[in-house]
Amino acid sequence: MRVASGQGFWGDWLEAPVRQVEGGPIDYLMMDYLAEVTMSIMQKQRSRDPSRGYASDFVPLMERILPTIVERGIRITANAGGVNPQACAEAVVTVARKLGLAGRMRVGIVAGDDIMDRLDELIERGHALANMDTGEPLRVVRERVLSANAYLGAAPIVEALGRGANVVITGRVTDTGLTLAPLIHEFGWTGDDWDRRAAGTVAGHIIECGAQCSGGNCLVDWESIPGLEDPGYPIVEAQEDGTFVVLKHPGTGGRISVASITEQLLYEMGDPHQYITPDVVADFTTIQLTQHGKNRVRVSGIRGRPATEFLKVSIAYFYGYKAVGTLVYAWPDAYKKAQAADRLLRARLARLGMEFEEVLTEFVGVNATHGRLAGSPDPDAPEVQLRIGVRARDRAPVERFSREIAPLILNGPPSVTGFAGGRPKVEEIVAYWPALIAKSEITPRVEMLDA
Amino acid sequence: MGAKARRPAGPPARRAIQLRYLAHARSGDKGDTANVGLIALQPAYYPILVKEVTAARVARHFKGMLTGAVDRFELPNLRSLNFLLHGALGGGGTLSLKTDAQGKVFSTALLRMEVPIPTDIDV
Repeated sequence: MRVASGQGFWGDWLEAPVRQVEGGPIDYLMMDYLAEVTMSIMQKQRSRDPSRGYASDFVPLMERILPTIVERGIRITANAGGVNPQACAEAVVTVARKLGLAGRMRVGIVAGDDIMDRLDELIERGHALANMDTGEPLRVVRERVLSANAYLGAAPIVEALGRGANVVITGRVTDTGLTLAPLIHEFGWTGDDWDRRAAGTVAGHIIECGAQCSGGNCLVDWESIPGLEDPGYPIVEAQEDGTFVVLKHPGTGGRISVASITEQLLYEMGDPHQYITPDVVADFTTIQLTQHGKNRVRVSGIRGRPATEFLKVSIAYFYGYKAVGTLVYAWPDAYKKAQAADRLLRARLARLGMEFEEVLTEFVGVNATHGRLAGSPDPDAPEVQLRIGVRARDRAPVERFSREIAPLILNGPPSVTGFAGGRPKVEEIVAYWPALIAKSEITPRVEMLDA
Repeated sequence: MGAKARRPAGPPARRAIQLRYLAHARSGDKGDTANVGLIALQPAYYPILVKEVTAARVARHFKGMLTGAVDRFELPNLRSLNFLLHGALGGGGTLSLKTDAQGKVFSTALLRMEVPIPTDIDV
């Protein structure tokens, strides 16, 4: 029973799903498209055009692999539906018909995660939807909310698979649910089998970021990792008892080792004793990893506890504006020139009476990623990039800031270049509001669409 | 008799070493919190990490770079420690103006930290 990872985020390598389908035997292909702020981008797209609001890259990808997956009986789970899984499913069905697959496949749609239209009713009935980080109730930002989606678990995907879907397209389902659902469906794991559910969840966590567990972004011996021009994306080969092996197709690049899997396990980790999903609470301190041959890591021993009574809700709201400008200063005295330019710019903004929530200066090549820990800068540095960012609730000061960068080229410190990109772009900030809601309030919806 | 043999008995000599020689690491974000997973390169190094890389010392290492506290969790099964660095990301997510708004390379900043190790440990 093999579940392969095809996409680790919206924007991941377009060849990966094709390689996974063609490179060797797999039973399922999972594709993760949704990050915290993705839903609000999709919401914006849908408000402009009701036929959009999903990961548009998914449809041409399906066009490339649908004939093969239908032929070989491979099934797909993907949260590519975003805020409009119905439209995404319809687009896939259109492609399927064009490929001559009419009558040969069905698409499952998982929805019910979108609670945008129910917010006022929920608040009125006493759901504060308090921010998990700050404790503030949602009503503080209610007027500015752009999207609100509960994280669904594996259950509705399992239902869609049970009803014969070749491709399951979901809205906001947890990344791990996309892997756990096929395992529950195939092995018939019961609802209270917490250890197995935890194992399937850990399997999902390992492969949900694509090649980040199989040699990509891997710090250990990074220079010796072979063949990253054609990285093997991870595959989980699972047993009914909840143990599994992480592997990749033969002949692909990358590396699967205890070290590479450990790095991915710790990615975005909070309290390892309680990795909470809608399906289970997994205990990451029980995971045992053993190298089981070349590019094969066996995972076992995983324990889980009953799921909580809550679902996480991902709410996006409009916050304000920001812009980031950069200039490059060359040797000699590159860093001193960049520092002088920063002082000039700040003084000019102050004289204009511009008020910002924050003005942040970084010197790329000196301290941008490690701050003061980077130590004293090399006085002979060939170049330093000045990078200044501003954030404000109003657009006007950010807009004015974006016009104050270019003048520095002619009226500031010398030896400056790197302004090919033009004026910094003023961006709208969509902020993230994590909250919890009682599971009893959310009813997932599963529908089928035949090609 | 050589000088070595005459050395008085006492605590074993110690030296300081950067964490990069004892561990590898990966980091990510949750809102304005960065997490750093610190993983021992050899089983023998894990007890050194547990003893020396305390939450308090990590907080000191990042002094001035965090607005919140540091939490530490132990994962002996993975020979790893997980650190939560609260208030590390300039507001986090889309609010942050930082190059590393999602804390992707905070991990490597921790690897700069120096810890004392016994001289009988081979690195």
